[in-house]
Amino acid sequence: MNCECCHKKDATIHLTQVIDGNVKKLNLCQECALESGIDLNSPISITDVLLGLGAQPALNPSIGTEFDLSCSRCQMTRAEFKKRARLGCPECYNAFMGELNALTKAMHHSAQHVGKIPARQGNTARITAQIAALQKDIEVAIAKEQYEMAANLRDKIKALRTSVHASVKEGSHDA
Amino acid sequence: MTLDDMVRRHGSWISTGLGEGPAISSRIRLARNVEKYTFPGWASEEEKCTIWDRTVEIFESIKTPFIQLGMGEASDLDKEILFERHLISQDLARKDVGCGVFVSPDESLSVMVNEEDHIRIQSLQPGLNLMAAWKDADQIDDQLESNLTYAFSPKLGYLTSCPSNVGTGMRASVMLHLPGLVFMEEMDPVINGISKIGLAVRGMWGEGTEAAGNMFQISNQITMGRREDEIIAHLEQIVCELIDHENNARLRLMNDRAPTIEDLVARARGILSNARLMTSAEALNLLSTLRLGLDLGMVDQFSQREIDMLFIAIQPAHLQKVNNKTLEPDDRDIVRAEMLRNFMEDRTKNNDLD
Repeated sequence: MNCECCHKKDATIHLTQVIDGNVKKLNLCQECALESGIDLNSPISITDVLLGLGAQPALNPSIGTEFDLSCSRCQMTRAEFKKRARLGCPECYNAFMGELNALTKAMHHSAQHVGKIPARQGNTARITAQIAALQKDIEVAIAKEQYEMAANLRDKIKALRTSVHASVKEGSHDA
Repeated sequence: MTLDDMVRRHGSWISTGLGEGPAISSRIRLARNVEKYTFPGWASEEEKCTIWDRTVEIFESIKTPFIQLGMGEASDLDKEILFERHLISQDLARKDVGCGVFVSPDESLSVMVNEEDHIRIQSLQPGLNLMAAWKDADQIDDQLESNLTYAFSPKLGYLTSCPSNVGTGMRASVMLHLPGLVFMEEMDPVINGISKIGLAVRGMWGEGTEAAGNMFQISNQITMGRREDEIIAHLEQIVCELIDHENNARLRLMNDRAPTIEDLVARARGILSNARLMTSAEALNLLSTLRLGLDLGMVDQFSQREIDMLFIAIQPAHLQKVNNKTLEPDDRDIVRAEMLRNFMEDRTKNNDLD
């Protein structure tokens, strides 16, 4: 394979960029790669630079309030959670919500589940997920300057939100 | 079927032709917990036993006859066998009463109970085939869920003991054989780069293990904010890139250093055919070289499947199970060398007959 820059020498440096599932490749010879200032000791980390994902920020261990929180269901304390880096029970997610929100955002760059939903979960969970997925689609549409599509998606979200409120209200009447 | 039957054959995930080249196997792991129960690491033995008993009932109602093994009654050797076969984690092997595993007859599915989470589903497929592994895992997940109420939040998804798994609870991973990148000393930058795009690189037996035999597991770190199929597509894409890099490294190796590689492969054959003592680390490295020689067409009397099987068969617990006795490390090195010599002799003979 020839270098895509000088078209003469053999390409030995292969760069890959992935954006929204689209792969872009660049094949260069050593000289051209050096000339363009690419660090040959870390070829793949260039992908990272292109993606613009910085290193994950270190979490401040002193986040939180002075008194020690604990989970009312399993009695795990915040100090214990920090020591073990494991939660005590599903309820801990509510007890330590503030800290966990920051932690999940730092780890996953997101705080909204959009994957599989257990069949036993009610409609609300499914609609919440649909809204989250549509919101992501809106971001993509705006990035691609497809404003009409973005507006349609926004209307869909509005309709879904109305149906969630309706079902919640119905639920409260039933109760 | 028992564990004794198991060690005499290979799991269905060992390559069946699909796994040719650097991709050895694909794995999906789903972490699930039961609502209103304390996570295993914080739960009493009584609570763990309740969850274990409940899963035993569920698996008895499932038609496929899963092999069931409670960690309380399993011998240390049996636990070690399951670990070497990638069916349980080291963490589960150390556990006791109330913890255990269910394994499908072809070993493509295993369900660990009360490891870090109440339920850990694992699905294995040969080669690069994460979607097939996901479909199997998804199906057994549905079956379990129809009998249990999972801990789930519409916002956070499946709630797991460690926040690094919350969301989909899914870890997708591909085991890759990357001797070309290792020989060319390009693996360190690859590992650095991969860890920066939300993926992780680990050794052959998962978390905390060394990359013996040039085997690497590449897996997703991010479990929230992306659908399962998106996570899989992203990982597969990067794995394909890595395979390209590996093939490219092999090509350059053959262009620049063919005699060196031919020598390494020939030496690996020589040592495997003649050594009287062999540690598992040495065996893994020699088998890795032999596998590379096979991919490069330098040897042809073996199949990849056979070599992938040997990677497991030379492990301490497998050697002891097959020989039916406890072996000290020094004795294992003798038995391992003998087994590999016999294998090499057998292959050479078969080849002469052809």
